[in-house]
Amino acid sequence: MSLLEIKNLHVEIEGKKIIKGLDLTINPFEVHALMGPNGSGKSTLSYTIMGHPKYKVTDGDILYNGESIINLGVDERARKGIFLGFQYPMEVSGVSVENFLRTAVEAKEQKDVPILAFHKALNKRVEAMSIPRSFLDRYLNEGFSGGEKKRNEILQMAVLLPKFAVLDEIDSGLDIDALRLVSEGINKLIREDRLSLLLITHYQRILDYIKPQFVHIMVDGKVVKSGGYELAQQLDKMGYEWVKEE
Amino acid sequence: MSTSPVEPVENVLEQPVDSKYVFRSKKGLNEDIIKEISSRKQEPSWMLEKRLASYEIFKKKPIPKWGPDLSALNFDEIIFYIRPEDYKSMKWEDVPDAIKKTYDALGIPEAEKKYLAGLVAQYESEAVYTNLKKAWDSKGVIFTDMDSAVKEHPGLVKEYFMTKCVPAADNKFSALHGAVWSGGSFVYVPKGVKVDIPLQTYFRMNTKSSGQFEHTLIIVEPGAEVHYIEGCTAPRYSISSLHSAVVEIFVKEGARARYTTIQNWSTDVYNLNTKRSIVYENGIMEWVGGSMGSGVTMLYPASILRGRGARAEHLNIAFAGKGQYKDTGAKVILAAPDTSASIISKSISKDGGKSVYRGLVRIGSNATGAKAHVECQSLMLDDKSSVDTIPIIEQFTPQSSVGHEATVGKIDEEQLFYLMSRGISRDDAVALVVRGFIEPIAKELPMGYAVELNRLIQLEMKGA
Repeated sequence: MSLLEIKNLHVEIEGKKIIKGLDLTINPFEVHALMGPNGSGKSTLSYTIMGHPKYKVTDGDILYNGESIINLGVDERARKGIFLGFQYPMEVSGVSVENFLRTAVEAKEQKDVPILAFHKALNKRVEAMSIPRSFLDRYLNEGFSGGEKKRNEILQMAVLLPKFAVLDEIDSGLDIDALRLVSEGINKLIREDRLSLLLITHYQRILDYIKPQFVHIMVDGKVVKSGGYELAQQLDKMGYEWVKEE
Repeated sequence: MSTSPVEPVENVLEQPVDSKYVFRSKKGLNEDIIKEISSRKQEPSWMLEKRLASYEIFKKKPIPKWGPDLSALNFDEIIFYIRPEDYKSMKWEDVPDAIKKTYDALGIPEAEKKYLAGLVAQYESEAVYTNLKKAWDSKGVIFTDMDSAVKEHPGLVKEYFMTKCVPAADNKFSALHGAVWSGGSFVYVPKGVKVDIPLQTYFRMNTKSSGQFEHTLIIVEPGAEVHYIEGCTAPRYSISSLHSAVVEIFVKEGARARYTTIQNWSTDVYNLNTKRSIVYENGIMEWVGGSMGSGVTMLYPASILRGRGARAEHLNIAFAGKGQYKDTGAKVILAAPDTSASIISKSISKDGGKSVYRGLVRIGSNATGAKAHVECQSLMLDDKSSVDTIPIIEQFTPQSSVGHEATVGKIDEEQLFYLMSRGISRDDAVALVVRGFIEPIAKELPMGYAVELNRLIQLEMKGA
């Protein structure tokens, strides 16, 4: 059975049609890349999969492990193992990264998590990811650099261990060193925790680090072309105009 | 907060009520009641005279017309003095269910519940308090209830009690307070003495430390330091519908005082207080306050910075739930050169609650080099609630600076979406954002209080 199956999806935001009949199937342990020009609806798709209330599904369906999720709340989807890595993670003042992570783990496990044991495990986790411990005491994303915010997204994923993640332009605003660190974090999750992934990106660059088995190109609310890794390389050489012209 | 093992609540509550103690406190106010209060307390005549003079002022003063509507406040229906024996006539069954539930949710020990519920005037002291008291005594620190101070330290009380800080004539409610005050704390810290453990009224629940018209007088002599903590996070049930306390704090040259309070009266109470400090040269006054309960609250702790280099910091959080009107803020008068003040005021409104920040910063004409900064943040959790900000800034010398920032906003849906995308339920996400919002104030509270404040806010969020 497919992990995620999107069938003839139509999505509107404030009456404006953004996604117009999109189909996409992702099987367990697959890595897919979704590319496309600005305004093609990539971010809308990621928000819709997560269940943002502003995005209205007007037709079609999203199945996760064979069950429709379009009527589930955001938090319910997350607890089923879906994760969204944000292009612009929100800042929450006064809430430390550690406190936030513990609250999230408690929500996922639906039980209290002992503070001390969690603290120890989390410290090990950040060390393994070469993140300074002081990171955990800072308020969630407040005053974080672009790179720190993205690394925080990966840290959250590493702690919550979702089955399926959509990463929305996780590479935007990263310099080459940060991109390498973020990619390493993601690769480890793919390799060791068998994460399935939909990687949304503008640029081929990140795909040098995280190799997708499948590449899809989205234009004007639809997937217009799908292929293997070579499609991304072709796209890099020829640009989106080539797809649009076809 | 911890507690010592004391008699289970049932034993006290089930005591047979002696017929001569049946609750019959008089409502309304007249000279006879004031005389009765004074004579029951066996006060010296000068205090009775002070009370009667205050009563004369009270009769003449009008009810404040600005701020919340106080027209429903009927002085003829209020019980101004609750005699110790009256407590015995109250029963646990008389305490509203909502309050009982909150006690349970907060895990308040049985013995403490009945104190908080106003069923007993006395509460077993903790052994720890006795030891602390020895240490304070040896340094000359006085920490006692106000009634005892009148008898034991008449010189200090005569000099400082409602004279230069909050005179009876200050406002209608300070005048009323002057006439009927009862209970409260007296703190005296001699020159150069630094009290390292906070003085908490909680230690002294066994004495008459609290009530509807409690008076707190704190004198911190030059170079001395003290942290005084009053109140309790758990809701307090009151037989009377009016609570009007006065707090007076004197921070002498180079001294430092911090006054921390969390108030949580039951929601039928008018909470109308006057709290003020006078700060002398290079003194530091810090106010940390949380206002949770009551129906109508008017509370604007004031700092009068009288000496060069004096400093005031005000941190305040107010929570306005259903039917609550919080009119709170701060008042700082910078009356000397190089004085400085910082005010951070936060409010949370929910279920139709109303919160108003009302503040005054006045920089006097001789306060060259004075600096003040005001920050108000209001968070509305729904469309039914409302907030207002009334910051008044008066700057009488150009060689000074004042900054003011105000943010009013509804809870950010994108923040909630982000938190919920990690599996956190909407309610828990809202609670997390709110906790983050109050964190700058919660972190200034002693650990136990901060934990309780957070739990209490979570309960309020769930509408408990």
